Amino acid sequence: MKAAETLAIPVGALLAAMALFGLFVAVLGHNPLEVYALIYRGAFASAFSWQNTLARAAPLVLTALCVALPAQAGLMVIGGEGALVLGGLTAALVGHSLASATPLAAQLAMAAAAMLAGAAWIALAGALRHWRGVNETISSLLLTYIAIAIFNHLVEGPLKDPASLNKPSTTPLPEALMIGKLFGLDVHWGLGFGVIACLLLYVLVSHTTWGFALRIVGGNVRAARLAGLPVGALVLLACAIGGAAAGLAGMVEVAAVHGSANASLIAGYGYGGILIAFIARQNPLAILPVSVLVGGLAASGGMLQRRLDLPDATVLVFQGLAFVSILASEALYGRLRVFQPRAQAEPAA
Amino acid sequence: MTGLGWWGVPLAVLAGAVRVSTPFLFVSLGECITEKSGRINLGLEGTLVMGAMVGYAASYGTGNPWVGVLAAGAAGFALGLLHGMLCTLPRVNDIAVGIGLMLFGTGLAFFLGKAYVQPKAPMLPGIPLGFWSDAQAVRAALQVNPLFLLGLALAVALAWAFRTTRWGLVVRMVGDSSDAARAMGYGVGTVRTLATACGGLLAGVGGSFLSLYYPGSWSEGLSSGQGLMAVALVIFAGWNPIRCFWAALLFGGAGALGPALQSVGVTWGYYLFNAAPYVVTLGIMIATCSPRRTLTGAPAELSITR
Repeated sequence: MKAAETLAIPVGALLAAMALFGLFVAVLGHNPLEVYALIYRGAFASAFSWQNTLARAAPLVLTALCVALPAQAGLMVIGGEGALVLGGLTAALVGHSLASATPLAAQLAMAAAAMLAGAAWIALAGALRHWRGVNETISSLLLTYIAIAIFNHLVEGPLKDPASLNKPSTTPLPEALMIGKLFGLDVHWGLGFGVIACLLLYVLVSHTTWGFALRIVGGNVRAARLAGLPVGALVLLACAIGGAAAGLAGMVEVAAVHGSANASLIAGYGYGGILIAFIARQNPLAILPVSVLVGGLAASGGMLQRRLDLPDATVLVFQGLAFVSILASEALYGRLRVFQPRAQAEPAA
Repeated sequence: MTGLGWWGVPLAVLAGAVRVSTPFLFVSLGECITEKSGRINLGLEGTLVMGAMVGYAASYGTGNPWVGVLAAGAAGFALGLLHGMLCTLPRVNDIAVGIGLMLFGTGLAFFLGKAYVQPKAPMLPGIPLGFWSDAQAVRAALQVNPLFLLGLALAVALAWAFRTTRWGLVVRMVGDSSDAARAMGYGVGTVRTLATACGGLLAGVGGSFLSLYYPGSWSEGLSSGQGLMAVALVIFAGWNPIRCFWAALLFGGAGALGPALQSVGVTWGYYLFNAAPYVVTLGIMIATCSPRRTLTGAPAELSITR
């Protein structure tokens, strides 16, 4: 019954959002069914649209983990965007300095450096929370702005490729260092990293003593202290792992999509990840399907624009409606008669 | 800068700060009201963009920019009301809903605003406080926008209202102890919802400044994140409306410093100057927080200070 409830409520909320969105486009003179059909075609109908969808889902999976992991320890981190941006910048830097190394070694070094940068950035928010009592939500938001400023300063200043006139970028990575496609698929390895990270972290959080300790900290810090758990280390590690995931997302965006660090990195993946983590109820496994859905929505924007001449912001409206509706449906848990155990639903006789 | 020489630089920074700070001022006053009641609204970025679009469209449609300002306020009020009502539901997280509404607001504004990228709407007039001077630069710098003065008056009025009126007391009580408020018979959810809606109204007005005065047109890249920054600004200001005014000037001035220095040949560190307010805010938080004590002046019910 519990499983049915956790599935039925978000799906119901999504259907409600679809109905609202249908009303919205109908008022504007479009046939809602046609719009839905186009969204489906743009997102999931062909191999090409699947590829587009999955490529957009990849960074979202990783930035969502940056929220979900600290959330296990009771922290609400919203600074994934900063970790992603710094991760991308570090990856671009390391890629250049290792241009003569073998591609695999250079790529591994890029990924490691990006993860380290992201981990340090979010762990800083965790450390400030634990030792100075600074709220991690605000500090991670501030750190995001600081990260973006550092990024802009370096990309438009000391690290700027003189050849990039209109769009300041770092020097493009050599072709050999770009991340390839997954076997047999036309999707880059970023998705593979995301899937592996989700599976690993799911096992870590739900099936190890370390994960159990982490969840105790998230549930009740005082109980965790009394039980002798190393609260500070656990909080710091959860933040670092989350930050590493977001940093890796930056590396993937640089080494598989853009080819250099530039302003395209600051695309709001960090904020998208926050919402995905909330909809997935901070469960690493649930992040995967939710990210694919959101990535599919984003991918279908072009189709709506070409076929119906709707602005590309149309999918943003739908996304916003869906997010808000699913977040609000949180209030329904434990309140729907159908999902309650029999004994409670029937009057005492 | 003829006839003024180096005096032109501080004048330019001041004028720039006044101009850039107005949206900061309105958004931060709005966020201040919301946070005083014990909730945080991260969706003000969407409200700001929505206000900019609605204000521009209404000004274009009616030919009167002040109708645009009112319409922007109404749109902001509606978005704030939505946030407030959703967060009154049990177990709904105000931060997540805020980010969801940020997406929704910007998406809706981009969608509906597509038609208004081209046409030219009537702008808000400036108030020429530099009439006494013959120098063109002084006149240009002292061309103050009416919304800035309105915001200043509002900051003073809000500070007074929080301190001395019953309404202000109720909002503060709801923000500091919902149990006390409930015991006194006030509806906590209602007060917070109204406070969030009023905050949204101010953010909407702040948005109309962007499209109706400076930069003075509607486009998708209009806002540079002023709505999200408001959260940092309110903390920086210690939840005090008067200090919100000074903080907005400072944040605006930090943004104006880069271009002003560029005009005298200093091009280094443009973006770092922009980030200075965040570094300072973070520094203040690190210096004044401790595991045992939160920020002074923070509403006790606020989720971000616990």
